[in-house]
Amino acid sequence: MTTLTDTPKQGFRLSQLIYDTRYRSITIQVIATVLIVAALWWLARNTVANLTALGKDFTLEFLGNRSGYDINQRLIAYDSNATHGRAALVGILNTLLVAGLGCVLATILGVIFGVLRLSKNWIVSRLAAVYVEGFRNVPLLLWIIAIFAVMTESTPSPKDFRGENPVASMALADNVAITNRGAYIPEPLFANGLGDVEIKPGGIFADLYFNVSIDLIVILLTLVASLLVVKLVNTRAADIQNATGVRPTTWWVNLLIIVAPIAALLWGLGFYLGKPELSGFNFAGGTHLRNSLLALWLALSLYTGAFIAEIVRGGINAVSKGQTEAAFALGLRPNRTMRLVILPQALRVIIPPLISQFLNLTKNSSLAIAIGYMDVRSTLGGITVNQTGRELEGILLVGLFYLLLSLAISTGMNWFNDRVKLKER
Amino acid sequence: MSELAIERQIDRSHMTISDEVAIQINNMNKWYGQFHVLRDINLTVQRGERIVICGPSGSGKSTLIRCINRLEEHQSGDIIVDGTELTSDLKNIDKIRSEVGMCFQHFNLFPHLTILENCTLAPIWVRKVPRKEAEDIAMHYLEKVKIPDQAHKYPGMLSGGQQQRVAIARSLCMKPRIMLFDEPTSALDPEMIKEVLDTMIELAEEGMTMLCVTHEMGFAQAVANRVIFMDQGQIIEQNEPHAFFNDPQSDRTKLFLSQILGH
Repeated sequence: MTTLTDTPKQGFRLSQLIYDTRYRSITIQVIATVLIVAALWWLARNTVANLTALGKDFTLEFLGNRSGYDINQRLIAYDSNATHGRAALVGILNTLLVAGLGCVLATILGVIFGVLRLSKNWIVSRLAAVYVEGFRNVPLLLWIIAIFAVMTESTPSPKDFRGENPVASMALADNVAITNRGAYIPEPLFANGLGDVEIKPGGIFADLYFNVSIDLIVILLTLVASLLVVKLVNTRAADIQNATGVRPTTWWVNLLIIVAPIAALLWGLGFYLGKPELSGFNFAGGTHLRNSLLALWLALSLYTGAFIAEIVRGGINAVSKGQTEAAFALGLRPNRTMRLVILPQALRVIIPPLISQFLNLTKNSSLAIAIGYMDVRSTLGGITVNQTGRELEGILLVGLFYLLLSLAISTGMNWFNDRVKLKER
Repeated sequence: MSELAIERQIDRSHMTISDEVAIQINNMNKWYGQFHVLRDINLTVQRGERIVICGPSGSGKSTLIRCINRLEEHQSGDIIVDGTELTSDLKNIDKIRSEVGMCFQHFNLFPHLTILENCTLAPIWVRKVPRKEAEDIAMHYLEKVKIPDQAHKYPGMLSGGQQQRVAIARSLCMKPRIMLFDEPTSALDPEMIKEVLDTMIELAEEGMTMLCVTHEMGFAQAVANRVIFMDQGQIIEQNEPHAFFNDPQSDRTKLFLSQILGH
C-alpha cells in the first residue's frame, strides 16, 4: 500500500545561507562574482580617468598612420611608408613563421630524444639525458642569447669570402654561405614562371594586400592532388590486405605518384635554384636567413624539444610492459608492436601535455626582442608603441593576438586528440 | 585438496601423449645480473602433455616458461621448441612465437582494440590471413570460450574472467601447438576462476600441449599428467599428480604442499 504524504516543508532562516551545504556554495559564488565585477569596473574607470587626465583617449586610429620605421625581415611587401597596421601584420607573420617552424622541429627533436632516452644503449640514453637536462634546466633567454652569440661571433663576415685566398669559403658545393649576418641559401626560381596574383581587399582591410605566386599555388594544388591519389592507393592496398591477407608493396607507387607530377611541373616552369653570390661587401641573390631567425628557431626548438622528449618518454613508459610482452608472445615484431600496440596507447598520454608545450613555444617566441627578431611584440608591441605612445592599445592588441593564436592551436590539437583518443569503454 | 573441485566429467579420449618431443630443455641456466634464477634445468615435454608447474613465489617457475617463448633470454644450455632451437636468431624466435601461445596473469589484452580486433591483430599482421577469414577464426574461438556476444566491446567493459577467456581465444587464433599459462587465475575473483579453468580443461581435452604455472591444485589433479615442483631456480621433484600429492619425496615439496593444502 502506498501512502501519499507531502514532503515536509522547512522554514528558511538567513543563517542557512552560510551554514547549509545546499545554499553555502551559491552564496559564495554570488559574493565572488560581485567582487570581481566591482574590481573590473574600478580598473576600467580608473584607466579611463587616468587617460583623460593625460589628454589621451582609447583609439585604434594609429594603426592607419604611416609607420616610419623599417623591418629587416618581412614575408610580405613593406617599407617605412606603410602603416602601423601593416607593420603589425609583418610582425604577426614573423611570429607565426618562427612558432610554426619551432613547433615542427621541437616535435621532431622531442620524439627522437624521447625514444633515444629509453634506449638500452648506455651511451645513447646518457647523451639523450644530457640534452634533455641541459636544455630544460637553463632559462630559454640564456639559450637564445648563447646560440645567437655563437652564430654571430664564430662565423666569418662576408668580406672573409673575398680576395685571392679567402679566409672563408661557401659550403655544400658553393651553394650555402654561412656568415655572421646569417645564412645565404639558394632560392627557388622559375624561368617560365606564371607570375604573381595580387590580392587587394578594401575598406578597413586595405592593409592586408599581398602577392601570391601562381607557381606556388599550382605546385601546392598538384601536391594535394597527388596526396589524394596516394590515399586512394593506400585504401585499395588495405582492401587487398583484407581480401587476401597480403598487403601489396605500395611505397614505390606512392613515391612515383608524389614525385613524378611535381618533377614534370617544375621542369615545365623552368625551375632552377638561384645561388647566393658575393657582390661588393655582401652576398646577393639566394634567400637570406637572418641569424636572429635561425638562433630563435633553434633555441625555441631545442628548449621545447627537451620538454617534449620527457613527455614522449613518459607516454611510452605509461604503456605497461605487459602490452609489449603480449604482442611479442603473439609473434609481432618490435616495430609492429610499437606502431600497432604501444604508440596508439602512448599518444593518449602524450597529446594533452604536447598542446601546452606548443602554446609555451608560441608565447616564448616573444623573447625574440633579446636578439632583434622582428616579431609582433617587437613591431606592434615595441616600435609602434614607442612612436605613437599608444601603449595601452598596442599591448592589449598584442595580448589579444597571442590569446587568439593560443586558443586556435589548442582547439586544433584538441580536435586531433579527440580523433586519436582511446575508446576504451 | 583445493576446495575448487572439478565437477565435470573429463573426456580423456584426445588426451594422448605422443612420443614426439614438443619442448626439449637441456642444462639451461639463467641469471638476472648476479642472481642465478634458473639452475641446470632439464625438461622434456612430449606432444600432448599437460604439465603443471608449482612452487613458492620467486622459485623461477614463471621465468622458466617465459624462457620458452623468449620473453626472457637464457644464458646457457639449449631450448628446442618443435625442433627449432631458441637462439638470438630473429627467424627462429618468430617461428617459435607463432607456434607457442601464452596467457598472462594480468591478461594483457590491448585496451585500444575491441575484443574482435584483439583476436585478429596477430593473425592479420603475422600470419597474413585475410581480415574476413581472421574474423571468422576469431569468432570461432570466441564462441568456444563462450563470449561471442562481447566481440565488439572493449576489454575494459569485460569482467576479469571474461578478459582471461578472451586472452585464451586471442592466443588460440594463432593456432598454436603449445600453450603456456602464467598464473592465469591468480588475478581473478574466486567465482571467475572456475570459468577460466573450464576453458583450460576443454583445451586439454582437445589434446593441446600445455605448460601451466598455477596454484590450482584441483586443476593439476584433474588435468595434468605431470606436476613439477620448483624451488630456488631448480626442479626439485616431478611426478604424475596422484603420486606427487600423496607421496611427495623431498622435504621441501612436503612443506610446500602442507602450506597450500593445509587449510
